[in-house]
Amino acid sequence: MSDRPSEIVKFDNVGLRYGTDPEVLSDLSFTLFPGSFYFLTGASGAGKTSLLKLLYLAQRPSRGSIRMFGKDMITLPRTRLPDFRRRLGVVFQDFRLVEHLSAFDNVALPLRLSGTDEARVIKAVSDMLDWVGLSHRAQAIPATMSGGEQQRVAIARAVIARPQMLIADEPTGNVDPDMALKLLRLFEALNNRVGTTVIVATHDVHLLKKVPDSLIMRLQKGRLSDPTGALRYPPRPSVKARDAG
Amino acid sequence: MKTPPTPDEQPSDAAPDLKGPASARLLPNTRFGGPIPWVIALLIALVVIAAAGGLSLRNLADNARADLSDAVTVQIIEANPEIRDQQAQLAADTLADNPLVTSVRIVPEAELVELLEPWLGAAAASEDVPIPALIDIELSRRASPDEIAQLQDALSGVVAGAKVDAQSEWLRPVYDALAALQYLALALIALIGFATAAAVWLAARSAFSNHRDTVEVIHLLGGTDKQITRIFQRAVLRDAAFGAIIGIGLGLAAVWLLGQQFAALDSGMVGGGGLDWTDWVVIAAIPVGGVLLALITGRITIGFALRSML
Repeated sequence: MSDRPSEIVKFDNVGLRYGTDPEVLSDLSFTLFPGSFYFLTGASGAGKTSLLKLLYLAQRPSRGSIRMFGKDMITLPRTRLPDFRRRLGVVFQDFRLVEHLSAFDNVALPLRLSGTDEARVIKAVSDMLDWVGLSHRAQAIPATMSGGEQQRVAIARAVIARPQMLIADEPTGNVDPDMALKLLRLFEALNNRVGTTVIVATHDVHLLKKVPDSLIMRLQKGRLSDPTGALRYPPRPSVKARDAG
Repeated sequence: MKTPPTPDEQPSDAAPDLKGPASARLLPNTRFGGPIPWVIALLIALVVIAAAGGLSLRNLADNARADLSDAVTVQIIEANPEIRDQQAQLAADTLADNPLVTSVRIVPEAELVELLEPWLGAAAASEDVPIPALIDIELSRRASPDEIAQLQDALSGVVAGAKVDAQSEWLRPVYDALAALQYLALALIALIGFATAAAVWLAARSAFSNHRDTVEVIHLLGGTDKQITRIFQRAVLRDAAFGAIIGIGLGLAAVWLLGQQFAALDSGMVGGGGLDWTDWVVIAAIPVGGVLLALITGRITIGFALRSML
């Protein structure tokens, strides 16, 4: 098997239920390709966060198969999951910063967990905080930071280790429109210049038109559909352009 | 827009041990504000006291046994003092020829009177109260019950009514009581060890529960179970080591005070219960054992808790 598969994610007939409740995700079959930019849209409760949990390996599906980075994630032992999680960068909807750690230490976490030399950690984190405009807040703890600042710390932490895939859950939900656009440009830069596959979940339809080359996955009641209502993915190019426009 | 900065080198896939202050910060430092260091301190102090008591009882029993195990007493009961003295001398001569016997001493009557005076008063010196003759015999080694029986047979042939008593037999109930106290000390230590493990188990589960969000984040950022376990183990080690130091200090202080109290009794038997250097090595190992027990318990507890997460 090649080290760089042609697809980075492949879902086949995936379903997810919590306990004995009805399925929150049903019959998901799609493929994500390296270096692409995806929006995941849908109304609140459509299952966006549940789908992202499957993508960032916080949850295993109830049925179906998931391949990521060329490996079957269903049969993968849990002890091997960290290897794959380190290839991902995740911006959680609620940021999930470690409360008692400074912005610097939060951003440094992925590097320290993967054994990067401390001198390199200091340089990389300082550069990253500078990039997101938070150098002056390096030693601040999350409780003393605004929502926008926490958002940027979360993004810096997600991209610090140059992930192969960046997953962001409502990353612009807590910031003003100017900051939202700026954050989106950060994702674009990562996608265009580093080649990271980006998946952004949002219910803000205005964001979709800001990234013209993006692909759109629409969730409705736990199922994927294109704007015409058909259960297909990816949408036809014309549909994608119309939806984005 | 600038290209996002990247580290000079890609992180390795291996999961190294987290080191240094950065790792210590992953769990907030409670500055020994939690209950576990103090619980461990009390439990270690109790183990030190129980162990010192158990070892002291063992030494006391061993010393008493050593003093008495190679000695027997011959008692000759005869009302007529003259006949009694003759029988005592005859018995002493007979015993002196036995290869097992190293020394024979007929206890002088004045000494016997002195021994009995506290119980009998002035009557002890009276001719009206017959006092048996006693012969102290030192043996070359501890005699078996068969050898004691042979001595008895040899004496019975020459002095009717002579009775051989192995001194260690007199104290058998005392030895049995001391042995029971030693087992009690051991049981106490085992129970306290179990209580320590249970306390650490509860504390580790509670700490894990309190920091579950942090653990989940570390997991999702690619942290391994081993890395997370070590983060918690460091916290357990810090708390347990602090508790162990306090505990050994409290325990030794209590042992010293008790030692002073018993020394004041000025009793020969109690004097045999002193601790030697090997005992102090055992006592010094208790806090180390306590910390190891806490570490192992913490590791197992966190390991099980992590396995319940993806």
